[in-house]
Amino acid sequence: MSAKKIIIEPVTRVEGHGKVTILLDEQQQVTQARLHIVEFRGFERFIQGRPYWEIPVLVQRLCGICPVSHHLAAAKAMDGIIGVDQLTPTAEKMRRLMHYGQMFQSHALHFFHLCSPDLLFGFDADVAIRNVVGVARKHPELAVQGVMMRKYGQEIIKATAGKKIHGTGAIPGGINKNLSIAERDELLKDIDQMIEWSRAALKIAKDYTFEHLEELKDFGSFESNHVSLVRKDGAMDLYHGDLRAITADGETIFDHLDYQDYFKYIAEEVRPWSYMKFPFIKSIGPEDGWYRVGPLSRINACDFIDTPEAEEARKEFMAVTDGKPNNLTMAYHWTRMIEELHSAEKIRDLLNDPDLQGTDLVVKGERREESVGLIEAPRGTLFHHYKVDENDQVTMANLIVSTTNNNTPMNLAVEGVARKYLSGTEITEGLLNHVEVAIRAYDPCLSCATHALGKMPLEIELRDAEGELLDRKAR
Amino acid sequence: MADKLKFTIDGVEVQAEHGQTILDAADAAGIYIPRLCAHPDLKPIGSCRICTVVVNGRPQAACVQPAAEGMVVENDTPEMLEHRRNLIDMMFVEGNHFCMFCEKSGNCELQAMAYRFGITAPQYPSQFPDKDVDASHPDVMMDYNRCILCTRCVRASQELDGKNVFQSIGRGFGRKIGVNGRQALGDTDLNVDDRAADPTICPVGCIIKKRVGFEVPIGERKFDHEPIGSEIEKG
Ligand code: FES
Ligand code: NI
Repeated sequence: MSAKKIIIEPVTRVEGHGKVTILLDEQQQVTQARLHIVEFRGFERFIQGRPYWEIPVLVQRLCGICPVSHHLAAAKAMDGIIGVDQLTPTAEKMRRLMHYGQMFQSHALHFFHLCSPDLLFGFDADVAIRNVVGVARKHPELAVQGVMMRKYGQEIIKATAGKKIHGTGAIPGGINKNLSIAERDELLKDIDQMIEWSRAALKIAKDYTFEHLEELKDFGSFESNHVSLVRKDGAMDLYHGDLRAITADGETIFDHLDYQDYFKYIAEEVRPWSYMKFPFIKSIGPEDGWYRVGPLSRINACDFIDTPEAEEARKEFMAVTDGKPNNLTMAYHWTRMIEELHSAEKIRDLLNDPDLQGTDLVVKGERREESVGLIEAPRGTLFHHYKVDENDQVTMANLIVSTTNNNTPMNLAVEGVARKYLSGTEITEGLLNHVEVAIRAYDPCLSCATHALGKMPLEIELRDAEGELLDRKAR
Repeated sequence: MADKLKFTIDGVEVQAEHGQTILDAADAAGIYIPRLCAHPDLKPIGSCRICTVVVNGRPQAACVQPAAEGMVVENDTPEMLEHRRNLIDMMFVEGNHFCMFCEKSGNCELQAMAYRFGITAPQYPSQFPDKDVDASHPDVMMDYNRCILCTRCVRASQELDGKNVFQSIGRGFGRKIGVNGRQALGDTDLNVDDRAADPTICPVGCIIKKRVGFEVPIGERKFDHEPIGSEIEKG
């Protein structure tokens, strides 16, 4: 009997489309799982020749789901291109407000619409119930909160970027508007409610994790390195910081790295079966140098959080693993909601900061040829790297999106779940459900993950343990 | 010679000076006839045909056609709307117009025209033509993806700047705006303060000043709150 593949597609309730291939050996044991991303944008090529000031607006086309993160990462890179290392307080705080608004709405969407059905009904529940409509029926107040929280985050994006999607707020060297008193007062009205709902969502995620801790320890979990931006003093900082990488035990791999030099420490491996690259820490190598990013890694990597309620929540979370990094795949949900609360606290503090009504919006400096912008996007560290020539045209762009950073981890999570739940050669409902739940923990944004290799016809190859080509599909 | 002559646009009586075009007389009367290649500071050339009206039963370009006593002009009719929609539509598909990341968005006359006429998606297949960007000039950039060949830059350079930076070259589908023949913009004597480089001359986002992208936020752009033509209709 020859080796066999099981293919599951599409992964429902993940933003974008994905496809999973599970490779079996002759004994019908799982040897590997592969999450394929079947979308691409040819984006780095499209950007070439465009003027640099257009890029922060243009890159929002990369993805309809996380445009604000791309907008801000590109704007940060373009600050460097025009020689600006320090924005005015108004500009930086407006961008931060935009970013926390994006974080808040993205995490809310993920938690209430995509993840809560799994937590509330159980992974094995019938998919006919285990969905957002099911949540709305059984827990109508939660469904409403999810919608309202998402809307609140979008209103912040509108007030800072000019539009809910595809705004123009962040420009090279600063921002193009401040926050009017009217806009501020409108947003202040609901912030206490948002904080309260964030606390409640955090409690759901936390209680769930505590209740199912034993089961989750095994659920697509594995030890990994973690990478995150961290503020100079060690605080979590979702908008800006230096790069830090730690091992699964919390040992430092690198710290206080200026991300302008990221390419000295992080490389990307191309594997023939995936359009998505596989980033790794160079000093460790491609085999073991892969890492996780996102809420779990950020909470693991930082020394503290600078807002009181989220810091309380962080301590409680870290206590579960005695202060060591937590490596549970399903702990992403809990940490995501710690960040939800942190974002709400940050939004409150910013709305009360008179700097947002400042009028000093843009600074200019000496043109540079090359620059890197990093940001902690909702799904993890997002890298934007550009070269711009003397005519102001982009000549090189390299992007490593959050989901690409989590490429190896997602494959491992699927593999772990498949090992556990696969019996025989049939795809059971149970297997399907568990694979989905594992992938969803990482909140992958597949729609923006595959621009990396440019435009080429899509082709999927399937190979057995001996490397024999078993099947190939092209489109 | 009588002072003023009289004619009607869509049944409304309009007065005109002798020699005045239909378009100018309509403007003075607070009636908006859509236009793209016409510009108040430039001589009209009747090239884009957006301003086409029916004069005594025959289509004419209002920006070049002089008004005459007793003329019956049809402007705001379903037929003319259809005709203008088609033209605008073709302009969109013959170029690469990505309003979403265009600095001119909100100030763009083509985009504003599309909004005014209720065009949300093109009905013709996009051509995705291969067009260049000329960024050789230190202060001004030309993005040919967005050029609609209105020649306002050509006329502005000649008539207002006393230069000859831009020319219309080639024919038919291959027609394009050239600079000093077939050179690059950086080789010309264009100055960033020339009227030809002024953002109100180029109706779209083709000729733009470098490094000022997106400094005006959404909500403060010319057509953000009122459709194109409103200033004429308000009188
Ligand atoms: S405006 Fe009259 S032809 Fe263009
Ligand atoms: Ni995305």
